[in-house]
Amino acid sequence: MSTRLTQGGRRIDRNKPVTFSFNGTRLKGFEGDTLASALLANDQMMMGRSFKYHRPRGVVASGAEEPNALMNMGEGGKFEPNQRATTTEIFDGLAAKSQNHWPNLEFDIGVVNNAFARFLPAGFYYKTFLFPRFAWKHIYEPFIRQSAGLGQAPKARDADTYEHFYFFADVAVIGGGLAGLQAAKTAALSGAKVLLMEQDPHWGGRSMVDGGELDGKPVAEYIAALVAELEGMENVTLRSRMMGAGVYDHGYLLGYERLRDHAPALVGPRHRLWKIRAKQIITATGAIERPLSFAGNDIPGVMLAGALRDYIADYGVSAGDRVVVVTNNDDAYKTALAVKAAGLDVPVILDARADGGGAAAEAARAAGIRVENGKAIAKVTGGKRVKSVKICAQAGEGGVLEEIACDAVAMSGGWSPVVHLWSHCGGKLLWDEEHAMFRPDETRPPLGADGAGFVIPAGAANGVMDMGVGLTDADHAGRRAVEALGLVAKTVRLPDFEQAAEAPLQPVWMMPQGAGPKLRMKAWLDYQNDVKVSDVQLAAREGYESVEHTKRYTTLGMATDQGKLSNINGLAVLSETLGQAIPETGTTTFRPPYTPISIGSIAGEARGEVFQPVRRTPMYDWHAANGAHWEPVGQWRRAYAYLRGDESVHEAVNREILATRESLGLLDASTLGKLIVKGPDAGKFLDMLYTNMMSTLKPGKCRYGLMCSENGFLSDDGVVVRLDEETFLCHTTTGGAERIHGHMEEWLQTEWWDWKVYVTNATEQWAQIGVVGPNSRKVLEKLGGVDVSKEALGFMEYTAGKLGGFDARIFRISFAGELSYEIAVPASQGRALWDALFEAGAEFNATAYGTEAMHVMRAEKGFIMIGDETDGTIIPQDLGLSWAISKKKEDFLGKRAQAREFMANPERWQLVGLETVDGSVIPDGAYAVAEGHNANGQRNVEGRVTSTYYSPTLGKGIAMGLIHKGPERMGETVDFPGTDGKTYTAKIVSAVFYDPEGEKQNV
Amino acid sequence: MLILECPYCGVKGEETEFHAGGEAHLKRFGPGSSDADFETYLFMRENPKGVHLERWRHANGCGKWFHAARCTMTLEVFGTYSAQTYEPPQEIKDILTAKRPGWSWRNFK
Amino acid sequence: MSDVRSALAGASFEGIARVAEAGLRGMISFRGDLSASKVKSALKAVSGVEMPGQRGCVVNGARGLAWMSPDEALVMVPHAEAEDAVSQLNKALKGQHFMAENVSDARAVFTVSGRHAREVIAKLAPVDMAGFGPGEIRRTRIAQVAAAFWMDEADALTVVCFRSGAEYMFGTLKMAAQPGSEVGVY
Repeated sequence: MSTRLTQGGRRIDRNKPVTFSFNGTRLKGFEGDTLASALLANDQMMMGRSFKYHRPRGVVASGAEEPNALMNMGEGGKFEPNQRATTTEIFDGLAAKSQNHWPNLEFDIGVVNNAFARFLPAGFYYKTFLFPRFAWKHIYEPFIRQSAGLGQAPKARDADTYEHFYFFADVAVIGGGLAGLQAAKTAALSGAKVLLMEQDPHWGGRSMVDGGELDGKPVAEYIAALVAELEGMENVTLRSRMMGAGVYDHGYLLGYERLRDHAPALVGPRHRLWKIRAKQIITATGAIERPLSFAGNDIPGVMLAGALRDYIADYGVSAGDRVVVVTNNDDAYKTALAVKAAGLDVPVILDARADGGGAAAEAARAAGIRVENGKAIAKVTGGKRVKSVKICAQAGEGGVLEEIACDAVAMSGGWSPVVHLWSHCGGKLLWDEEHAMFRPDETRPPLGADGAGFVIPAGAANGVMDMGVGLTDADHAGRRAVEALGLVAKTVRLPDFEQAAEAPLQPVWMMPQGAGPKLRMKAWLDYQNDVKVSDVQLAAREGYESVEHTKRYTTLGMATDQGKLSNINGLAVLSETLGQAIPETGTTTFRPPYTPISIGSIAGEARGEVFQPVRRTPMYDWHAANGAHWEPVGQWRRAYAYLRGDESVHEAVNREILATRESLGLLDASTLGKLIVKGPDAGKFLDMLYTNMMSTLKPGKCRYGLMCSENGFLSDDGVVVRLDEETFLCHTTTGGAERIHGHMEEWLQTEWWDWKVYVTNATEQWAQIGVVGPNSRKVLEKLGGVDVSKEALGFMEYTAGKLGGFDARIFRISFAGELSYEIAVPASQGRALWDALFEAGAEFNATAYGTEAMHVMRAEKGFIMIGDETDGTIIPQDLGLSWAISKKKEDFLGKRAQAREFMANPERWQLVGLETVDGSVIPDGAYAVAEGHNANGQRNVEGRVTSTYYSPTLGKGIAMGLIHKGPERMGETVDFPGTDGKTYTAKIVSAVFYDPEGEKQNV
Repeated sequence: MLILECPYCGVKGEETEFHAGGEAHLKRFGPGSSDADFETYLFMRENPKGVHLERWRHANGCGKWFHAARCTMTLEVFGTYSAQTYEPPQEIKDILTAKRPGWSWRNFK
Repeated sequence: MSDVRSALAGASFEGIARVAEAGLRGMISFRGDLSASKVKSALKAVSGVEMPGQRGCVVNGARGLAWMSPDEALVMVPHAEAEDAVSQLNKALKGQHFMAENVSDARAVFTVSGRHAREVIAKLAPVDMAGFGPGEIRRTRIAQVAAAFWMDEADALTVVCFRSGAEYMFGTLKMAAQPGSEVGVY
C-alpha cells in the first residue's frame, strides 16, 4: 500500500493539515502536498481510467510530464478538466474527481473495451469508415463520440480573470534548477537584465532530491544561497510557478504564470501570460525519465524510479511497501537506496544490463539489496494494483524464471533531455548514441532577427546529466548569452564537486528483447492515448513508416502530455521495426505550449464586455434607451431599428419608413467615413482615386463618387464635398473609413510621393445626423441660424454655419430620395444636436430610423449599397453607373483593368429592378434560373438577387438584382427558386421603384 | 512574431503594430499598357525561398509605409528602408550580399 | 454651446492604479514640413512650446506638442480654443502646403496614475515600460485598439484613443488595474 511516512518530506508542513475531497470522499493532506502526493498518502494509487481501454491507471510521475492522474477539478465557474494531480497544490476545499469512467472509478463499464482490445488497436476507427456505410453514422460514430475525451467540458462561464504582461529582457532563463540558477547568476553578474522562470513552486529542480555535495556542503544549501543572491540583484527578475510555454520568432517567449491555482482565496487574476521579448534565451529545462516497455507497465503502482523517490524526499510519501526496481542505468539505484532508507523493502533490483551497474550497484549490495544483472520483467500482475512481477532474462523471450510479490515497481529506461523549447523555433537535434538520447545540436540553433542563434541549452537539457559538470555547462551558457549581447562575461567561481562514476546506460527499447505479440500487446508506450508497442509495429506494417505518419496513425504523443514519456520509446520501437537507426527515424515536431495552458490566459483581458472593441457613436446611449435593435457594422454598433412597445423588428422598420417619407425621419450617420484631403494636388489625386472627375468640383458642391480597385472592381462609394480650393471631404461607407484612408496613404506614400497632398481621417471628429423627409427643411429652419432655403442650399450643395447654436456643416444630399440634409457637428455636440432635433421635430412626428429603414428606402430609389450590389467582382458598368465614369480622364485606378475583354463583355449580368408578380419578397441570395442544365447537372442560372425587401411605401416586395441582359428585357419575368420549396416569379423593371422623376428630393 | 524597426519613427515594434503590404517595388502599368505587362503588375509576385523585399505599414504607429528586406525561410530581417524609393539603398544591398552571397530578387542583385 | 460632452464624462476607477477619463482636450492634427522655421514658429505660437524631436512630447498643462511622424505633429490646446488655433495656423501658414485639422472630439483621453501605472500599460501594450520616461510619446496598440500614450511624470500616464473606443479602453484599463493584480516588476 502507499502511505505517509512518519518522517521526511521537505515540501510539506506537517503542522498545517489540509482537507480536500476526491470523488466525493473527504481526505487529509498537508500544506505543500500536491494532489498526487496526498492521494498516495491516503493509499489512493488508482487515479483514473485510460482513454480507450478504460484500464485502471495510477500516477506514474511526480511532475508536469504526468500522463495518467488527470482530474476534473472544481465546480461551476471554476471547473477545469484534465488537471494533473502532480502539479496541483492542494488547498482547503479542493474538490477533485477522476476522469473517464462510469459509474465510478472502481467499477467502470467502459472496461469492456479492454476485453475487446484485439479489435480496437490503433487506427481501428479508420477501418470503420470502410463498410458498411450506414454503420458509421448510426452505430460507430455515436458510440465513439460518447467515449471520446478524458475530462468533461465545462458548462459554466469561467469565473476567473486572466491577464497578459509584456516584458523585455536581455537574457531569459527557462528552468530554475541548478543549471538555470547558475546560468542566470553568470548572466546577471555580467550586467545583463535577466528573467528566470521556474514552473514548480520550488527552486532547485532534481538536485534537491538527488542530493550530492557542492563545496563539501549539501546541494540544498548551495541552491538556497544562490536563490538569495539572485533575489538581491536589481537586474534579475525571479518568478516561480511560471512555465516557459513556447519559444517563437525573434526572441518571443511565452511565460505562463499560475498565480492563484494554489490559493484560490487570493484576489486577482488566476493566470498571467507573459509576452516576453528576450535577446537570448537559455533553456535549462532539465530531463525527463523514460519508462521501460514491458507487459503490464501501466498497472497502478508501476512508476518512474525518479518519481518514486521524489515522493519520498519531497512529500514523505511511500508509493509501496515492497518496491521492485527495474532499470537499464545506474540512476535508478538511487530509488532503491531511498526506499531502503525510509524503512521499506526492495525485494530485488533488476538490471537489464548483462554487466550490471557501477558504484551504484555496489552501494545497493552493501545496503543488503538483492541485485540481478541481465534480468528483466516479463510481466506485471495485478489489475487495480501491482501484485507481483514475473522475472525473465532480458536477452530472452520472456520465459518466467521467478515471481516476486510486490506492490510497486520503480522503472527507469534512462533520461531524455527536455528539448522542446530548444526545438519550437527550429533548433535541431542530434542523436547521442553513447547516452541514447536526443540532445540539442548547438551548431543548428534557432535563428533570430539578425540571423544569429538566440537559444542556448544548459545542463541536463543539453544532455549533461551529471550535476557538477552541469554547473560548468550552465556557466558556459550564461557566458555565451552575454557575449552574444556584446557584454563582457564575468568570471564566476564555481563550487567544487565530485563526479560520480557511473556505468554506461544500455538502451532497452523492448523488455524482454524477444517479447512476443502477447507481451507486446500489453507493453505501453503512450499512457494517455493508450498506445502500445504492438500499435507502433502495426503502423509500420501498414505502411505508415514516417515517424509523423506513425504518430498520427497511432496517436502516439498526441495527448495533452505531448508524448513526454512516450516519444523516444515510440520512435525507438519504430526504428527497430523498420530496421533503421534512430536518427534516421527522427522525431516529430515539438510544438508550443510545453504543457497545456488555460484558454483564459490566452484571451487575457479580452472577454465579456471587452472581448472586442464595440465602437459607439456619440448618440449611442439614446439609441440604447429607445429600443435600439443593434446591428454590428464592422466594430460599430448601429441601430437596425428602434422597437416601440411590443413591435416586431419588421413592424418597426415599416413604421420608420412611412414616418420618414410622410414627415420627418432622423438617422445617426456618424459612422460614415470622413476623410479630409488637402493640398495643391488634392484634385489631381482624387481624379486618380475616383472614377469621376473630382478636380472640377466647385467649392460648396457635392458629387457622388465611385472608387475601384486596380483590378477594376467597385470598392467603395460616397459623396465628395469640396470645402474650399485646396480641401475636399470624402465620405466613405461605414466599413470603409480606415480601409480607404489606408488606401489613400498607400498611393501617396508608395507611388505618388512627390504629390503635395495630406489626408486626415476625421471620421470620429464629427457626429453626423440625417434629417430626412418632407418636413426636414422646416425643422432646420426652426433651429435657425443658417439659410437652408432651396435657393441658398440646392441639391448636392454644402454650407457651414451656426445652426441653432451648433457649429454645423450642412450637406444637402439624399440617400432616401426625400428632401434630405446631413448635418455634421463636432462629436462632443452630437448628442445635444440629436436631442435638439427631436425637440424641434416633435411637432413633425420626428422619428428615429435605423439602418434597415435606410436600406429599404435607398432600394426603393434604386441606389446601390457597397456590399450588397458589389461583391468584389462587380464593376460600375454592371450597375448602370457608367455615367459616373469620366470619359475625359486618361487614367484612374481601375481604368486599365476595365479595358479588359471580359469587363466589356455584353454577357455580364446587369442591374435591374425585380418585382414579384404576387407582391411577395424574394429571399436573399436567390438565383434566377434559366433553361437547361450545365455540365455538372446543375440548373443554368441567369441572374441573382442583390437586395430584397418588403416596401411599406409601395405595399409589396421589391428587389434589385443582376440579370443577364437585364436592361434589354424589361417586362419579362424570371424565376427564383427559394429554399422553402417555392418559386418566386418576378418581372424585370426599373430599379427606381419610388418617385422615378426625383420630384420629392428636388424641392 | 517578428520585430520590425520603422525607419520613420524609429520604433522597434512587434508585428501586431504593423500591417503587411505585399511585394515591394511593384511597377504600375496603366492605360495603354499591354495585357502581359498589366497582368504582371496585378498578379505576378515573387515567391522566393530566401531574400524577399516587401512593404509594411506602421498601422498602429506613425502610419508610414516602409520597405523591408527579409528572408522568407529564417525570418531574418536584413533591414528596413524608406518607401519612397524604386530600389533598395546600397547599404541594404551590401548587407544582403554579405549575408546571402549571390542573392538576387527580380532585377536587383 | 453648453451641452458639450466627452465620451465617458468623469468616469474613474481605483485599483492597483487609478484610471480616469480626462475630459475634453483640444487636439489638432498637423501635417507639414516640421523642419521649416515658419512651421516651427506657428506651432510654438499656438502651443507655447518648442517642437520636440523624434517621438518627443512636451506638455505644459493643457498645451503641448508631440512628434507623431516626420511630417505630422499633434498640437494640444484647451478644448474651447481648438478652432481658433486652427484658424491661427491657417493664417500663419497661408500659401504653404500644410494641413491643420481639429480632431479634439475624435479622441478620448484617459489618465493612469499610481505606483503600478506602468504595469497597467505593460499588460496591454507591447512596449518596454521599464525604460519609458517623460518626454516621449509612443503610438502603439492598447489591447485591440490603436492608442498613444506619454508619461506626464513618473507613475502618471496619459492615454489617447479614438472616441468610439472609449468604453472599451476604460473597461480594458480597469481589467488591467484590478485589485490584487500587481505584477511586482516595476
